[in-house]
Amino acid sequence: MHPTLLDRYQLKNSSIHRLDPRLKVVVTIFFIISNVSLPDGAWGAFLLAWGVILSVSFMALLGISYTAKRAMIVLPFTLTAVTIIFTMPGNSLLTLPFGSYELTDAGLMRFVSIIIRSWLSLQMAILLTATTSFVDLMHALRCLYVPQTIIEIVSFMYRYLFVLTDETTRLLRARESRMAALPDRKGGGSLMWRARVAGHMVGQLFLRSYERADRVYNAMLARGYNSQLSHPVACPFMRSQDWTSGAVAVAILFLLQIVGRF
Amino acid sequence: MTLNINKLNFSYPDGHVALKNISLRIGRGEKVALVGPNGAGKSTLLLHLNGLLVGQGEVKINGFAVTKSNLPLIRAKVGLVFQNPDDQLFSPTVFEDVAFGPLHMGLSESETLTCVQRALSQVDMSHYADRMSYHLSIGEKKRISIATVLSMNPEILVLDEPSAGLDPRARRTLITLLRNLPLTMLVSTHDMLMVRENFPRMIIMDEGQVIADGATESLMNDIALLEAHGLERPFDVESKA
Amino acid sequence: MLILPILPNVPLWVDNPSMHLPDGFLSLPISLFCWLVTIALLIVAIQRTKIELGERQVPLMGIMAALIFAAQMINFPVAGGTSGHLLGGVLASVVLGPWAGMVVMATVIGVQGLLFQDGGLLVMGANILNMGLLSSLVGYGLYRTVLGQSRAVQIAVIGGAAWLSVMTGALATALQLWLSGTSPLTIVIPAMLGIHAFIGIGEAFITVAAITFIRQTRPDLLETGATTAQGGRGWMVGGLAVTALVLILSPWASADPDGLERVAEDWHFLARGISAPYQIFPDYTLPFLGETAFSTVMAGTVGAIVVAIVVMLMARLLQKLTKAPTVFNP
Repeated sequence: MHPTLLDRYQLKNSSIHRLDPRLKVVVTIFFIISNVSLPDGAWGAFLLAWGVILSVSFMALLGISYTAKRAMIVLPFTLTAVTIIFTMPGNSLLTLPFGSYELTDAGLMRFVSIIIRSWLSLQMAILLTATTSFVDLMHALRCLYVPQTIIEIVSFMYRYLFVLTDETTRLLRARESRMAALPDRKGGGSLMWRARVAGHMVGQLFLRSYERADRVYNAMLARGYNSQLSHPVACPFMRSQDWTSGAVAVAILFLLQIVGRF
Repeated sequence: MTLNINKLNFSYPDGHVALKNISLRIGRGEKVALVGPNGAGKSTLLLHLNGLLVGQGEVKINGFAVTKSNLPLIRAKVGLVFQNPDDQLFSPTVFEDVAFGPLHMGLSESETLTCVQRALSQVDMSHYADRMSYHLSIGEKKRISIATVLSMNPEILVLDEPSAGLDPRARRTLITLLRNLPLTMLVSTHDMLMVRENFPRMIIMDEGQVIADGATESLMNDIALLEAHGLERPFDVESKA
Repeated sequence: MLILPILPNVPLWVDNPSMHLPDGFLSLPISLFCWLVTIALLIVAIQRTKIELGERQVPLMGIMAALIFAAQMINFPVAGGTSGHLLGGVLASVVLGPWAGMVVMATVIGVQGLLFQDGGLLVMGANILNMGLLSSLVGYGLYRTVLGQSRAVQIAVIGGAAWLSVMTGALATALQLWLSGTSPLTIVIPAMLGIHAFIGIGEAFITVAAITFIRQTRPDLLETGATTAQGGRGWMVGGLAVTALVLILSPWASADPDGLERVAEDWHFLARGISAPYQIFPDYTLPFLGETAFSTVMAGTVGAIVVAIVVMLMARLLQKLTKAPTVFNP
């Protein structure tokens, strides 16, 4: 059956792909923190940050438009922030004909800055998942002191994610197949009825998954599973290229902050 | 002409070409089996018959082309039954499941009741109306899932692997049921014995193409053809005698 | 957002976009604060589920998380191309228990953010809090208050709780956006609450129908899941407290947002600056303790949670002290 969920990982052999995943996770997080800490209107820093994204994307053999395209999903959220243009105190640029809403310079700057920060942060997160496989991401998080239990639960979820979404797709298709109409009648059923059907589907899926979890657990027991005995793989040492890359990243982040504030 | 497919092509988003220039016609009342190895594109083809997938080319039901705008009308004519009955039974009771189709079509409660009762009797499960679908055996579920489609009074019944996973008794019940249903039928299956029993016409598919389309009896005798496309002639104990 | 090619050229949006906040929309102090609350609650939740479920914890929580993720794909057409679907917080907490519900929802939201960029990384703490933790508190808390009542009452309360869980998440999100200087209070609260009042109805319908299905088919599941959670009273207190907060605050904030702003300003809890850089270490205080971060309402919500936890722990302590030693049942 063809995959319905697209794995974000892009299998390539680049220097970025080969970096220690812990480093990538930490750099991503600090890059995002750096973005969020930059003041409004720090255009120079934003541009520099974008340059960083493009460089990393290029070095990761993803091409320069890979992240920009995917980061467009931030667009619907602009609605959440757009109203700050009119309500933030500042010098008025424009007054709307209705109501007493004034478009201020500070408001506009805030709005655009929010969108840019969001867009940049999102691209770094995209780069992280594109250059790091799921297994490596989990190893990295575990070695960054995320509790083992959480790692195991997330790994289990991932393992069954495709199974369950596939099942759900089939359920939806089967329902779709019976959503018929006659030429002379108004169909569709009432809203409540449609909601009830959807809820029943959820309940069905829920029970099947719950019982599947029992079967999976039994299968694990049959293979000697004992949660006390799991010996996680030891965390590797960082190599020289990881330390170097890390140092470069720290330097760039400092530079971003300095450029952003002066 | 109930079903008319003309030069149908389809590729999945990941690039895999699933259907190559499929053309076939099925007349009213015909019972046709669709056979072929796994990955031949049988299921993909079936999904085109009620518009769940849309490819390039033409698919017509009773002269109506399958297009986005008339999908609900098409789905009233093409009853698609999936391989896994659990996918189709999402209501707590059998009655509600079989009633979903008619209710969605806008039939009144009394009309729906008639349709449900008729459908359940066609699959010989009239006394199951109040049972919980979840707790039925797979054979019972298969018959109920056929009923969920029959209640919509389709022109053509399309089934994906109906006898898969059934024990001999349930399988026998199903084969008899399918033989007695007076509907145009297209069935995708690996069950060659059932094909020989129920379906006078057979279409062999492989690698997204129609390899052969003709009388079951003559195609079954072409052992080389069958084996070339991952099929086996059914071993018939009676023929030994 | 996930795009699933069920029908070609027809993308299926998995969840409504307004609650999975991306990075950049919340300030650093707010993001960090929410992370702190989330981490604290999750640590407790993991411990509790380990005790309750034992070795089944990992496979059950994992598969249930995959289930909720998949169940969010199931929709029903509402009108004009829009559709309603499920978030699942109340469903998870009512059937699996409140702590398990928190673990499951946190896993779902975490994976959505980390693997599919559906929600940011820095704001993940806030997203988990808004969509996963508060819903368990509200959902389970309210459900627990009517455990002894008739089925009809229980179902009604579950539906109400599902609606409330969405409203609570929306309110929390709105407040976080306001305190971060992303959206003005006068607009964000009515907008978020307004939209989610409708979305919450879909959540209520689907949750109720799902629970009804489960009850008809496997009633034993509902018996074990909900009633075994210890410290029931704590959950009820917490759930009712948050519910009261939401019900009081929402109309007040919508009707008189200036009033709320004034309160916040009087208490020096609101950052107002024309060029407000979100400095990590400003001159005088740490951000999450100083005037740029804390808010009355966040404190109230956290307070309710803290009260609930304290009450629960005290209840356990009391139980332990007063219980006679039991025979170990292998």
